[in-house]
Amino acid sequence: MTSSTVTPPAGRVTAPRRRRADDVAGLGKARAGLFVAPALIIIGIFLLFPAVWTVWLGMTDYRLTGLQAASPEFVGLENYTEALTDPAFWNSLWLTLIFVVASGIVGQTLIGFGLAWSVRNITGWVKALIEGLVLAAWVIPASVASFLWLALLDRRTGTVNALLGTEGAAWLIDHPMEAIILFNIWVGTAFSMQLFSSALSAVPPSQIESAKMVGASGWQQLRDVIVPNIKGHILTNTLLITLWTFNTFTPYLVTAGGPNGKTEILSVYIYETAIPGGQLGLGAAISLIMLLINLVIALGYVRVAQGRRKR
Amino acid sequence: MAGITATQLVKEYPGGVRGVDEVDVEIRDGEFFALLGPSGCGKTTLLRSIAGLEAITSGSLVIGDRDVTNAEPGVRGVAMVFQDYALFPHMDVGDNIAYPLRIKRVKRDERRGTAAKVADGLSLQGLIERRPGQLSGGQQQRVALARAVATRPDVLLLDEPLSNLDARLRLEARTFLKELQRDLGVTTVFVTHDQAEALALADRIAVMRAGKLQQIGTPREVFQRPNNTFVAGFIGSNPMNLLPAQVRESRLAVGDATVSLPPGTEQLVREGQDVVWGIRPEYVRWVTAEEAGAIPAEVSVVENLGASVLIVVNAGDRKLQVAVPEDQEPAPGDRGWIVPQLSKTLLFDAETTERIG
Ligand SMILES: Nc1ncnc2c1ncn2[C@@H]1O[C@H](COP(=O)(O)OP(=O)(O)OP(=O)(O)O)[C@@H](O)[C@H]1O
Ligand SMILES: [Mg+2]
Repeated sequence: MTSSTVTPPAGRVTAPRRRRADDVAGLGKARAGLFVAPALIIIGIFLLFPAVWTVWLGMTDYRLTGLQAASPEFVGLENYTEALTDPAFWNSLWLTLIFVVASGIVGQTLIGFGLAWSVRNITGWVKALIEGLVLAAWVIPASVASFLWLALLDRRTGTVNALLGTEGAAWLIDHPMEAIILFNIWVGTAFSMQLFSSALSAVPPSQIESAKMVGASGWQQLRDVIVPNIKGHILTNTLLITLWTFNTFTPYLVTAGGPNGKTEILSVYIYETAIPGGQLGLGAAISLIMLLINLVIALGYVRVAQGRRKR
Repeated sequence: MAGITATQLVKEYPGGVRGVDEVDVEIRDGEFFALLGPSGCGKTTLLRSIAGLEAITSGSLVIGDRDVTNAEPGVRGVAMVFQDYALFPHMDVGDNIAYPLRIKRVKRDERRGTAAKVADGLSLQGLIERRPGQLSGGQQQRVALARAVATRPDVLLLDEPLSNLDARLRLEARTFLKELQRDLGVTTVFVTHDQAEALALADRIAVMRAGKLQQIGTPREVFQRPNNTFVAGFIGSNPMNLLPAQVRESRLAVGDATVSLPPGTEQLVREGQDVVWGIRPEYVRWVTAEEAGAIPAEVSVVENLGASVLIVVNAGDRKLQVAVPEDQEPAPGDRGWIVPQLSKTLLFDAETTERIG
């Protein structure tokens, strides 16, 4: 009794102080929770639920039509074993790898850097023109861009055939993979170019000039000054480009995965399986595999980035 | 080792600004040479033209006995220390210093050895493995110097090498720089806008203004015999008093007072000519009793400079600065006389601003 009558003043002194430390708005947990609840609910409905739903679907034989559409049955890991033993899946994964390396890592990154490097000393309308053109490819909606490419590569009336004088050449049938790789480079290079442009402009000119003063060649300046200075940007660029290219679906609008599955990269393969193929359960399982691959890629980059920071 | 000769050197930037305008300068072998001038006068531009980092618009540049007007920076035998030091943040101190040797394809062990030796010479022992980000400003500056001298260049260029250091460290680094230059005997050109630094360090100084050379001379010459009123006003910790005056009956009318013409100028002026009379505050005495050649004056402002006091006096309608020893410090409002030291007075043409005599 006596102690309880003594403690309140002390308690009153410490209580507000503690509240101030972790409760900046002074709302208290319950009311604060109420404020963020709508956001949490929306995230739950549109992000969490589909994800969980996909996991569940991946373990059923759910189909778009037929008996299983009405009452899907739980099949455990059957979908996964089916996907992982299907040569079509592995073929698709292989195509995706080629696609990511050629159009994303090599194509967009190198060409984007090359463009940023070449326009860094240009000023005025020439620079504006080049940047405008590259950026245009980026801002044009994918559906429009794919249509442009269809017109470009058309067998009979295509611009490329008219320019090269190769009338009747069916680019999309004879070289479908090359076509979607070029298409994706064309669409996505602007991002790398802009990222590298800003990275290059942040390299202190005096460092480059120091290298010049001791007679370093252009290549040596690149190796010893530029690249070390923009390492972080290179890493970020590669991560984003890899993930985007890995997940992109727009090549479907150019080749529809064909001919004969020759351009059936993973995203297209999932679509072909789930929608026209009607095997929603299997599609969901492959989606989850794709998600896991994404996670592995992202974690790999985080590792590299952390190792870099530690050194 | 090599001298530098610039002839009618012009550097015009796109847009027509002439950073360097028809500069003729000859820098001798082994000389410690300062480029001095106010901000924007073209010091950096001239230095960068010598380095080869700016393409020369016209004129010629010879280093040693080679014409390098259009040569690449790397083949001029010139090393440069930038104002921000420009150290490579991703290399340790040793690799930074050894970088020029790496470009010259010296083997790693050998160049690390040289770097260590050079670092020792610049009191950087024990810092070889550190990154530039882990060094103080003064240490970074010495690393930049070490990198510049590691290849034994013929010419060393320094762009405001001391401006990033605090006042005390700057004095230390100043001495250090002077010793280093003497030891190496390397022809050194350094840019500064601090006239005290130029006077203290340089064998000779070139004063620039708006891209043009105003005067080249030893510190003593530019201090005692400035070519024109601009140099007179720029050099010296207290600017020279420059007062409009008129020649009258072989004397000089300065406001209400008259003073004698500076020695040696009597034959060079004509009656009624408008001139500028110059006298440094240090060469004027403040006296409380009238004497020959004294001008009556009243103290308006007193500034304490430590060992001396700078006072501003009104002599008639003219204002003058006078440096007074601390124990003779007057109070504002005091009346007395000022006595210019005649042999130290200078005369400038009011129209051309050039020195007379
Ligand atoms: N890249 C440039 N393009 C156009 N004009 C320039 C350029 N660099 C310098 N200038 C101009 O040339 C003149 C000389 O510049 P500079 O940098 O040589 O001056 P500075 O004497 O080094 O001045 P500070 O003491 O401020 O460094 C200035 O008027 C400046 O505006
Ligand atoms: Mg400058």
